[in-house]
Amino acid sequence: MWEGFRHFADTYLMWNEGPLIWMSDVLILLTSIGIVAVLTYFKKWKWLWDEWLTTVDHKKIGIMYLICALLMFFRGGVDALLMRTQLALPNNHFLDAEHYDQIFTTHGTIMILFMAMPFIFALFNIAVPLQIGARDVAFPYLNAISFWLFFFGALLFNISFVFGGSPDAGWTSYPPLSELAFDKGPGENFYLLGLQISGIGSIATGINFMATILKMRAPGMTLMRMPLFTWSVLAACVVIIFAFPALTVALALLLLDRIVGTHFFTILHGGNPMMFINLFWIWGHPEVYIVILPAFGVFSEVVATFARKRIFGYGSMVVALMAISVISFFVWVHHFFTMGAGADVNTFFAVATMAVGIPTGVKVFNWLFTMYRGRIRMSLPMLWTVAFVPCFAIGGATGVMLAVAPADYQYHNSYFLIAHFHQVLIGGTVFGMLAGMYYWWPKMFGFLLDERLGRWAFWFFNIGFYVCFMPQYALGFMGMQRRMYTYPADLGWGTLNFISTIGAYLMGIGFLFMVAQIIYSIRYGQRDLTGDPWDGRTLEWSLPSPVPHYNFAVIPTVEDRDYWWVLKQQGRTQELRPRPEEIQPIHMPKNSGRPFLMGVAFFVAGIGFVFNWYVLAVLGLLGVVACMVARAFEYDDEYHIPVEEVQHTEAALGRL
Amino acid sequence: MANASGQHTAFGPGPGAHGEEEHKHGAGLYIAGYILSLVLTAISFWLALTRAMPLGPLMLVLIILAGLQIVVQLFFFMHVTEGDGPPWHSMALLLGLIFTFAIALMSMWIMSFHYQVQ
Ligand code: HEM
Ligand SMILES: [Cu+2]
Repeated sequence: MWEGFRHFADTYLMWNEGPLIWMSDVLILLTSIGIVAVLTYFKKWKWLWDEWLTTVDHKKIGIMYLICALLMFFRGGVDALLMRTQLALPNNHFLDAEHYDQIFTTHGTIMILFMAMPFIFALFNIAVPLQIGARDVAFPYLNAISFWLFFFGALLFNISFVFGGSPDAGWTSYPPLSELAFDKGPGENFYLLGLQISGIGSIATGINFMATILKMRAPGMTLMRMPLFTWSVLAACVVIIFAFPALTVALALLLLDRIVGTHFFTILHGGNPMMFINLFWIWGHPEVYIVILPAFGVFSEVVATFARKRIFGYGSMVVALMAISVISFFVWVHHFFTMGAGADVNTFFAVATMAVGIPTGVKVFNWLFTMYRGRIRMSLPMLWTVAFVPCFAIGGATGVMLAVAPADYQYHNSYFLIAHFHQVLIGGTVFGMLAGMYYWWPKMFGFLLDERLGRWAFWFFNIGFYVCFMPQYALGFMGMQRRMYTYPADLGWGTLNFISTIGAYLMGIGFLFMVAQIIYSIRYGQRDLTGDPWDGRTLEWSLPSPVPHYNFAVIPTVEDRDYWWVLKQQGRTQELRPRPEEIQPIHMPKNSGRPFLMGVAFFVAGIGFVFNWYVLAVLGLLGVVACMVARAFEYDDEYHIPVEEVQHTEAALGRL
Repeated sequence: MANASGQHTAFGPGPGAHGEEEHKHGAGLYIAGYILSLVLTAISFWLALTRAMPLGPLMLVLIILAGLQIVVQLFFFMHVTEGDGPPWHSMALLLGLIFTFAIALMSMWIMSFHYQVQ
């Protein structure tokens, strides 16, 4: 009995690995007990199920994505601090090589797939239907499925840390290292299945929002009247739909190699590991544009709002977004110039890569021209936007340096590369997502986030960013390679690494200020009673904050770009208020618990495949099929909100 | 997603909105499509398992059969030729085709390593 338990604890719970794991187990256990206890004590289980777990409301789904993104930001950030602590001094043994490998793998995967992706999906959900005058997305039920697949995919990935062991072959997971022969534990399977499950959700989200934007716009909202954030989402959706299948294929083939012994990526039986690298980056490069395009959209909204000017060069902004989304499919080889495909191949992809800089440059200049002679207010969203411009300019410039194929033989996989992509991902995506979060926070929750704490967070994070990553460019030139867990003292890398670690901690402090800001503002934050705290330009600001669940009591008819702003200028805002006689019963989708259950079923199947427990895998997949069959025979999935209820709600909001 | 197609009428009368009456197809079309796709699958499996041809032509035939399979899906199940409003689906398909061919051909180019100095 005891021996059996010991065996289980050592193989699955990794208790033989020492106190770090025990501490994590205890913390996770305490947190779980705490959550269950609070929910039970305040009798909130039913509320949780009815209001959140079964919801198909895009606004609530957006909030759930946001919470997950912030939690994952925290976990990824802790991973980062552990790595920087290890690298602060030469010959350090705070972490050993194996743990370091696991940590950089989970850090990279989490930050891109489980932080950046849900963060952009959060903003998609929160803003797009409101901006185009729709009552929900095109397929609300599918939207809930997307969220729960993301959630359980992320859970599967994260649980590897305390159950079975973390993956350790890098977020790129190149074979042959990630093949069974070299990477025996279940960690790599966790990676493959976690990404696969959440990837299905991402493709569905891409389709959903593309359909929403093309089909659900309010009357008069022509394409060229759409807010630029919505345009950026459309561009990102194009990329998601065409890029993600490549990842699905790459992961599936690698999984087959690992669990049924095929040889797609082993040299042994005619396979080719480089094909994985090729497939991975066919997705991987577009992926970095998936996460940057929505950030560009946020900046366009924020700049126009806080400079109180129409965006400069709207048409060129649209063309630039679309051009970026197409060009991003023709540059992927720049991630493996050193594979040696040949001078012609490298030349083509080098030139294509540099070409992306052109539309990107157009956008940067348009933002600057919008600010030029504007009456700029430096509120938090604008602060992050202004900080983005120089940061992204440097990141883009170093990107072009990396795109010079012969030079890349020097920079490739060095700290120079690390500095480049953190500069574009943090300075671009993270700054953009934070700007978007501050911008739409009042719309989501009905109160503003405290400015003062937000400024502390901003300065710590920004100064920390440069202190952390500028030295890494130099370290790259000095020969420091990525993914090394320690280095000897006599190479002279010590000082710069130490400085870099200080910067990382400054960013950590910035994050803590953000947490403090949110907690403080829940209680003391300024309430948003007007629904338009920033003096906004687009339709979402014509609604009360938080928005009633049906969004628009009466669907507006749009006559111009930045329609809400135009109406304010002309003193016609009253026109967007519902008139009692115009209100009709509103047709809404019903909540459903099935998307959640389907996520659980996928999770069970995932665990089954990770450990080769095929009974469990089959049970899980049967659960998935059962959910789909039940949906196919569901006829009564919609209802009408009666006129009186809408009138009542609107009257209570003082809008009738 | 049977009823999803009607949903855009439900939640917001977008420019492309249309009534529930559409998309009423008899079962015949679906059964025909189903049988066709089964037949196509059976042929490719049979060809591959029995090695009825030399490898080169076999691969070509399989690719052609796969292409036909896509056509069956698009016409019998997804009704690409129908719908109102701007032809977004045709544009999306075209873009998809361009990406697919570009990526496949470029991958062959990349993976052939024809400049490799041995
Ligand atoms: C003008 C724009 C850009 C150019 C020219 C550019 C160029 C490059 C090149 C050539 C590499 C490969 C370097 C090497 O492996 O040796 C690279 C890596 C990378 N870039 Fe960029 N980039 C640009 C923008 C971006 C943006 C906007 C993002 C994300 C938001 C991004 C994220 C990344 C990431 C994550 C990697 C490294 C992936 C890895 O190996 O783990 N880049 N970039
Ligand atoms: Cu790239």
